[in-house]
Amino acid sequence: MKLVTEKREISSRLFRFSAPIISIIVALFVAGFLLLAAGVNPLQAYIEIFQESLGSTYGLSETLVKTTPLIFASLGVSLAFRMQIWNIGAEGQIYMGACGATAVALFSGIESHALMITSMFLAAFLFGGLWGGVAGILRARWQVNEVIVTLLMNYIAILGVDYLIYGPWKDPKGFNFPLTAQFSDAARLTEFFDTRFHSGFFLALFCALIMYLFMERTVWGYEIKVIGSNPKAARYAGMRTGTAIFAVLFISGAIAGIAGFSEVAGLQHRLQHGISPGYGYTAIIIAWLAKRSALGVVIVSFLMGVLLVGGDSLQLSWQLPVAFAYAFQGLILFFLLASDFFIHNRLRLVRGERHA
Amino acid sequence: MLEILLDATVRAGTPILFATLGAIINERAGIINLGIEGLMLVGALAGFAGTQASGSLLVGVLAAFVAALLAGSIHGFITVHLRGNQIVSGLALTMFGIGITALFGRSMVGLTIDGFKRVAIPGLSKIPVIGKAFFNQDLLIYFSFLLVIAIAFFFYRTRWGLALRTVGENPAAADTCGVPVTLTRFLAVAIGSGIVGIGGAYLSLATTPMWIENMTAGRGWIAVALVIFASWSSYRALAGAYLFGGITAMQLRFQAMGTTVSVHFLQMLPYFFTILVLVISTIRLQKGASQQPENLGQPYDREDRK
Repeated sequence: MKLVTEKREISSRLFRFSAPIISIIVALFVAGFLLLAAGVNPLQAYIEIFQESLGSTYGLSETLVKTTPLIFASLGVSLAFRMQIWNIGAEGQIYMGACGATAVALFSGIESHALMITSMFLAAFLFGGLWGGVAGILRARWQVNEVIVTLLMNYIAILGVDYLIYGPWKDPKGFNFPLTAQFSDAARLTEFFDTRFHSGFFLALFCALIMYLFMERTVWGYEIKVIGSNPKAARYAGMRTGTAIFAVLFISGAIAGIAGFSEVAGLQHRLQHGISPGYGYTAIIIAWLAKRSALGVVIVSFLMGVLLVGGDSLQLSWQLPVAFAYAFQGLILFFLLASDFFIHNRLRLVRGERHA
Repeated sequence: MLEILLDATVRAGTPILFATLGAIINERAGIINLGIEGLMLVGALAGFAGTQASGSLLVGVLAAFVAALLAGSIHGFITVHLRGNQIVSGLALTMFGIGITALFGRSMVGLTIDGFKRVAIPGLSKIPVIGKAFFNQDLLIYFSFLLVIAIAFFFYRTRWGLALRTVGENPAAADTCGVPVTLTRFLAVAIGSGIVGIGGAYLSLATTPMWIENMTAGRGWIAVALVIFASWSSYRALAGAYLFGGITAMQLRFQAMGTTVSVHFLQMLPYFFTILVLVISTIRLQKGASQQPENLGQPYDREDRK
């Protein structure tokens, strides 16, 4: 008897739909052993994750608060994925978006709420877009690897924001802490139910809807899909791949930039260090788990929101490092890649020697 | 002054050099490994923990090699055996590495060890200007010199090196000639990853003999970019790593001298220059004959062979 892998003639539908769920469950299982090795009871830890993130109105509101930037950033990343372009720079684009929105909030002097919020939104869109667009130009013009460029620009963006909040933008009344002055009321999104839950969440859902319509109902969306799946055919059909690469990375960065806007206008009400605790990296996982769907992005973002809120509470009760969430996300990706294999292949026991 | 700067250049460049060499071995076999940053962290923690537990730096370096080799094997299995997406798997490896070292590194924070000490090579270390920088260093740096030469020799003067390059260039041809493609690729990923781990260990055993969460601070990504700068050659990797060591050394020197330029801008320099160098070397690659392995990033499936 021998265990061999062979190709399925028809790819397994069951596996295709259940793969993300199976990967998360197996990752939870393996992460359990890691937690055990680190001296944490995994069962208790998992129960705590769900209780803290879903078990109360407050918990649920916090989960939605974390879901919001994740939806924006993942929509941005997944737009680029559609064209086989890797935007690993959502983290930096969030910082740049936050930076743009903050510049408007602090220095424009606009008093109308609607005008202020719109200007902040546009500034974030533009700043995030430019940050992604740099990689877009380099990739479109000279085929420079966008994975490395977008990633390294994260470090530059974060250091740039640090420069501003430690230097020229520092709140003169802030006791020398690295943060800007608080925004005026005109520059704040509406909060609901006495929680930190704010209208940015609805903006994120709206964005997901726009993204769905854009991809499924417009020629541009169609072109992006064609260029992504078959660049040669796209070129023969007269599609301008270079322009499309730049445009996609610009918009991808811009949408991630909106996450920065939503964080400063809806939640923090100022620019400070660590405005994003790695949402941009989590977004890569979400985009990959959600495959090609905007609705998928919303659902998976919520799941990750649950994990992040739960993880924060584990940090307090078990002194688990925040970065442990990364190990878990890495595991999910590993298992997702492995289960992708079984969509197209199966394991079979074969009797005796196999003849080639 | 120049002597001090050169010395700091070599010391800052060495972790990046190991990481770049490891990444080159991966990519020569046709597998992109974006897990370098995570592997360096795994190596840094395992190296520190190994030395802390045994009191021997050699045990630490071996632990770093083995731990990173095992972590890299996950990437190898997924990309080679399961033909999974190399970019996603590499990113997953980096995230996994950041997370797992944060978790298991908790108990190591604040502990100290005796790190690598300088060992002057008689004669050579007396050469003016460069003598101190290159021949009054620690053993890991001397090992990195040997490794650069050994890898070049391995690639171009041994059968196994030829096999490794062929599975990266044309796996179908290698398969036809009886080279075990899957095994070769997997071993290249595993051993390359182990060497990356030694680069991480240099940080925790020599640069600052302690463990700090996320202590690599993007060096792994700089190494990924340097592979392209080095056009997959170990000698050019040495040049690239020292170039970045030099920028880091100057940046630190400026900080120490107390310039008016913001610290944050100085810290940006290595990342900024990496992008610049990446752009220049990409353009140059397109003009000349490309050294990039033909099948880089492509999974190999015997059944798809034409």
